[in-house]
Amino acid sequence: MKINKHFLLALPFYLIFIFFFIIPLILTIIVSFWDYTEYSIIPDFIFDNYKYIFNKCFKFSTDLCVTFKTYLSTFYFCFMAWFFTLIIGFTVAYFLVFHVRSVGMQIVLFLICTIPFWTSNVIRMISWIPLLGRNGLFNSFLISTGVIDEPQEWFLYSHFSVILAFVHLYTLFMIVPIFNSLIRIDKSLIEAAYDSGANGFQILTNIIIPLCKPGIIIGSIFVITVVMGDFLTIGIMGGQQIASIGKIIQVEMSYLQLPSAAANAVILLIITLLLIWTMTKFIDIRKEL
Amino acid sequence: MIKLVSTCNIFKLYKGVDMSKKMNKKITRRSMLKSTTALAGAALGSGLITGFPAIHASGTPTIRYLGTAVNMGSEPEKKLFEDTGIKVKYISKTTDEVVKTILTQPNSFDIVDSEYFSMPKLVPSGSLLGMDTNRIKEWSNVVTAFTEGKVNGKTIGDQGTAPKKVLYLKGPNSTEFSKEPTRYATLIPTVYNADTLGIRPDLIKRPINTWAELLNPEFKGKACILNIPSIGIMDAAMVVEAMGEYTYPDKGNMTKAEIDLTMKIFTEAKKAGQFRAFWSDFNESVNLMASGEVVIQSMWSPAITAVRSQGIPCIYQPLKEGYRAWAAGFALPSTAKGRQADICYEYINWFLSGWMGAYLNRQGYYSAVLSTAEKNMKAYEWDYWMNGKPAAQDILSPTGKKLASKGEIRDGGSYNDRMGAVACWNATMDENKYMVRKWNEMIAS
Repeated sequence: MKINKHFLLALPFYLIFIFFFIIPLILTIIVSFWDYTEYSIIPDFIFDNYKYIFNKCFKFSTDLCVTFKTYLSTFYFCFMAWFFTLIIGFTVAYFLVFHVRSVGMQIVLFLICTIPFWTSNVIRMISWIPLLGRNGLFNSFLISTGVIDEPQEWFLYSHFSVILAFVHLYTLFMIVPIFNSLIRIDKSLIEAAYDSGANGFQILTNIIIPLCKPGIIIGSIFVITVVMGDFLTIGIMGGQQIASIGKIIQVEMSYLQLPSAAANAVILLIITLLLIWTMTKFIDIRKEL
Repeated sequence: MIKLVSTCNIFKLYKGVDMSKKMNKKITRRSMLKSTTALAGAALGSGLITGFPAIHASGTPTIRYLGTAVNMGSEPEKKLFEDTGIKVKYISKTTDEVVKTILTQPNSFDIVDSEYFSMPKLVPSGSLLGMDTNRIKEWSNVVTAFTEGKVNGKTIGDQGTAPKKVLYLKGPNSTEFSKEPTRYATLIPTVYNADTLGIRPDLIKRPINTWAELLNPEFKGKACILNIPSIGIMDAAMVVEAMGEYTYPDKGNMTKAEIDLTMKIFTEAKKAGQFRAFWSDFNESVNLMASGEVVIQSMWSPAITAVRSQGIPCIYQPLKEGYRAWAAGFALPSTAKGRQADICYEYINWFLSGWMGAYLNRQGYYSAVLSTAEKNMKAYEWDYWMNGKPAAQDILSPTGKKLASKGEIRDGGSYNDRMGAVACWNATMDENKYMVRKWNEMIAS
């Protein structure tokens, strides 16, 4: 009887997941084995879409294939974005929790962190362009102060500008869960450590970081999944010259090559799940929550 | 085979086509019922009660117009309502999205403004209605660039999907093109233009006269090409041919080997840092050019206008190899019928009756019926836009912005000079699937 009641309570959640997650996912997997023409998709069971993705990927004599190259560059962006959002996010959260004394002030500062999120993603990205461009603010400033003689091209439409935009866009995704973990740390633990003669660095590495691991992992999952599937930021900030899996899927969809796009999406999903699975090996999120 | 019709495809998937036919019948019966009720309501309403049914019965004719933003503006919307009482709702999408919408959501619009190069994709799918040319008043005055592929009596380039190849259908519901003129057209032509490279003369400081300049190392890091594969590949082919690397039998229908060759040349240029960026949105091309990030790029005519209206010099440079042309027109979804279809035909006739033609010509496009457009333009405007003569006074855009000063000549000159020099048309290739893949590979390299 009790089990039934719990099941009923969870039912809406089950239904939402089944209709909006499980069924679309199964359809995507089915379609990835279909054939297609310019204007139709044809039920079939072929591996052509997958074969094409890994076309020439396992002949190591030649250059890396497109798929591997694209994933390598995506991994690189993932790592850089993760690294910088983690450092900045942790620092900000640490400051908010341990250096701001009043709860009121904490809330005010926390809200200030969210202000950039009141405007759209795209606008926040595009607003970097006038700053970073060849005749942009940074270049003009550096030239007028004599730091550089010629405008620097690598500020914009480069790996640098893509990473900058990612860090700008997604640091809050790190701040929130880390803040949440930090604020639940019992302050008396820190006092005890201090009384026992630990210095600030020891407190950080032996108490604070281990206790906020769940926050770090959750933040990392947010950032990594978002960057893995991104095509807008890489497109706009990379001048559309840098490939991303998301962009490949988008182009295929706009040409109605849906089975091919579905196959790419399935591969992307598998790789992202593997990454997350690896991360959860470091910590049991369920237990920590 | 399953057509990508969103509302019906699940039924087709499991129950075959019969089920969807049943669906249609049901809907028809229901809508019959509805209209009968409406009539009854109207009869009642004419007496005492003024309720919804009466309003429905005498409702303002409204059409949902799907297309790229080219023909969409608030001025034409107002003028249309004044002249005909028709209201128009714009659904603005990119070129590729328009095609996708026609195929997957044919019930989401009443009229579509599509490009001729999409026809080889759309016509076999049967999602568009053959347009009855007998119902188009100005049909006999449509320019010969569409009907015969000629400008001023001279045959122009027809590589790619030239409109004359895909203009006629064998019948009203045919899914095959007709080589001979018939009563039924795929699209009723509206607007077209000849595209070329845009340059910043103040930053280049020397004459440019060939497509090959796009890959000239002199412009390393300052060139750009558009990231819409079906159009970008045509620009790329113009460049490859101008460099003397290869002469295509038909640029608009390359073989796999030809696609490989074209993409190889562009991949090498990309790796060498020739391109500052790629653009896929019209506004991106404007910003790249206006900010000076890029000094030479593939560009569309209204983008040039947009750069110039910021007071920045920008030329739509005529090149000796000729232009890449495009053309668009109106079609109705194959489900269109009755009053709604009549309203759409009325709208098309209004579109070709002159005011809209003048509106398009003043933006640097060309109207499909020039004779009526001429009557709606001032003589000095006609001379500037169409005859390639120096402007007798300042030339203004339809919104009143100054586009050219007295004495200036239009880039590329007269209609006959520009359209007469068309080398190829936007195209859908037989090897389109392969081409899109190769294009993706270039972006990834």
